[in-house]
Amino acid sequence: MTPSLARSAPPPRFQHRSLAEYVGIIVVLALVITSVVNTAPPLDTLQRGAARLFAPSGFLMQMFPPDFTHVDRIFWKLLETLQMAVAGAALGLICAVPFAILATDRLSPHPLIKTAARGCIAFFRTVPDLVWAIFFIIVVGLGPAAGVLALMIDKIGFAGRFFAEAMEEADTGPQDALRAIGASRMGIIFSAVFPACLPSFTATSLFALEKSVRGSAALGLVGAGGIGVDLKVAFDLFNYDEALTIILMMLILVVGVEQGSSWIRRKLI
Amino acid sequence: MNAPLDAGTTLAGSTLVGPVLRVSDLVKSYGGPTILNGVSFEAYAGVSLAVIGANGSGKSTLLKCLIRLTDPTSGRIEILGHEVISLASRALRRFRSRIGVVWQKHNLVPRLSALSNVLHGVQSRLSGPRSWWQWAATDAVRAEALACLARVGLDDKALQRVDSLSGGQQQRVAIARMLMQRPEIILADEPDASLDPQSGEDVMRLLSDLARQDGLTLIVISHRLEHTLQFSDRIIGLAGGLITMDVATQQADPIKLRRFFDKPTE
Ligand SMILES: Nc1ncnc2c1ncn2[C@@H]1O[C@H](COP(=O)(O)OP(=O)(O)OP(=O)(O)O)[C@@H](O)[C@H]1O
Ligand SMILES: [Mg+2]
Repeated sequence: MTPSLARSAPPPRFQHRSLAEYVGIIVVLALVITSVVNTAPPLDTLQRGAARLFAPSGFLMQMFPPDFTHVDRIFWKLLETLQMAVAGAALGLICAVPFAILATDRLSPHPLIKTAARGCIAFFRTVPDLVWAIFFIIVVGLGPAAGVLALMIDKIGFAGRFFAEAMEEADTGPQDALRAIGASRMGIIFSAVFPACLPSFTATSLFALEKSVRGSAALGLVGAGGIGVDLKVAFDLFNYDEALTIILMMLILVVGVEQGSSWIRRKLI
Repeated sequence: MNAPLDAGTTLAGSTLVGPVLRVSDLVKSYGGPTILNGVSFEAYAGVSLAVIGANGSGKSTLLKCLIRLTDPTSGRIEILGHEVISLASRALRRFRSRIGVVWQKHNLVPRLSALSNVLHGVQSRLSGPRSWWQWAATDAVRAEALACLARVGLDDKALQRVDSLSGGQQQRVAIARMLMQRPEIILADEPDASLDPQSGEDVMRLLSDLARQDGLTLIVISHRLEHTLQFSDRIIGLAGGLITMDVATQQADPIKLRRFFDKPTE
């Protein structure tokens, strides 16, 4: 320790705060406390719920052992769910590309179009896919078609944003060089932008597929096709043991797709 | 084609025909200080013209003005019979397709093969998917691209990804792409700058040989005095926003030239 340090007084533990900072802290605390008090379950409700859950005739006990009698029917339904997910992701990714191009500073034909495209992408992303599903059930009726459309719109929002970011980040040198020789906008996009963005486009597409598979399982709850319908029916009819089977098989599907997609991503990078 | 200005491409070096390029009173500012303040010069068919000047003197700006990558503030640019400053977008694209440009950075698409990159040069004349990737191109276009690669000595690397090539090889691929364009004038902005001395000299020699073989006008910026002396027919020097020197290379005085290079050349 140097002598000069030893002689000076230690610094204060807390820095002096301004009034505005105190007000800020109090507002945040008030927000958290009122929110918890108003919405979180009181302790005795939790206690009673837990007792019911673990009772010998309770919900949890009825789930075990899982009922595998309809496993083949569930399997085919799960396959339909996967097909919905793949179709929704594929259609969404294809549609996301033009949206992303229009939303990219350098490639958009006009700033107004760019703003509109960005607005659409943000809107598609912000509205949850279950809400899109309800919307499309009104448009095309109950069933997988509504689910596919919902997944597609959700994927345009998800992939559109990441595609646009990748294209913004791509090296502008090759694009400018092609522009300088009189290449068309399409030519520049296909020969300079897409090849440069291919790795990131692929990674985004795989994430979109994972998200689509996770999302597709829930769509049936509102009637938009897939395994979710069977889960809802099983719960409604108190077939908790079959519900568990469905949940377990969904788990296998989701984990399988996630593992597969992260394996492909590792291979690519 | 407009007869008076580009009739002389076959009479390489002849001053009897009009210039292929004439710049008059070119002024350019990016909003702040004036970078170019009344630049005037001419270039004749088949002549290799070197532009020299200190860092920041506006050499690159001048080159960019020539093909309107940046818009001049005022002045007049006539190239190959075009009034460059008044060209509207479609005509500008057609004009640009006749001008080959080599940059300091090769600006190739790194993940594509050398052949695909060279093929992109055809986009100055053709559009559509067959000009985007080598595997989709017509036989004639592929053959021409391969011939361009052969002219820069890289036909054996045709299907190799360009990011696996050396810096000098990448710059040669960029030159092949420029040849694929079938340019009538070549502009080169320090094509030797990011290369080691030997590769830099090779690239400059390649450019000057190609221009001579095809009777093309070459306008080249170089920051190396010995390259300027070796590979040009005429030298113009840019200082204070003006052309303050315009000499035939044979009559150039290296001492006077040196003033335009702020760093001692290696
Ligand atoms: N896009 C731009 N916006 C604003 N200023 C610019 C722009 N491009 C260049 N400049 C300025 O113009 C001046 C000339 O730049 P330019 O690149 O033309 O010089 P140069 O002679 O090519 O220099 P160097 O030898 O370093 O390549 C510099 O002061 C630079 O800061
Ligand atoms: Mg420069």
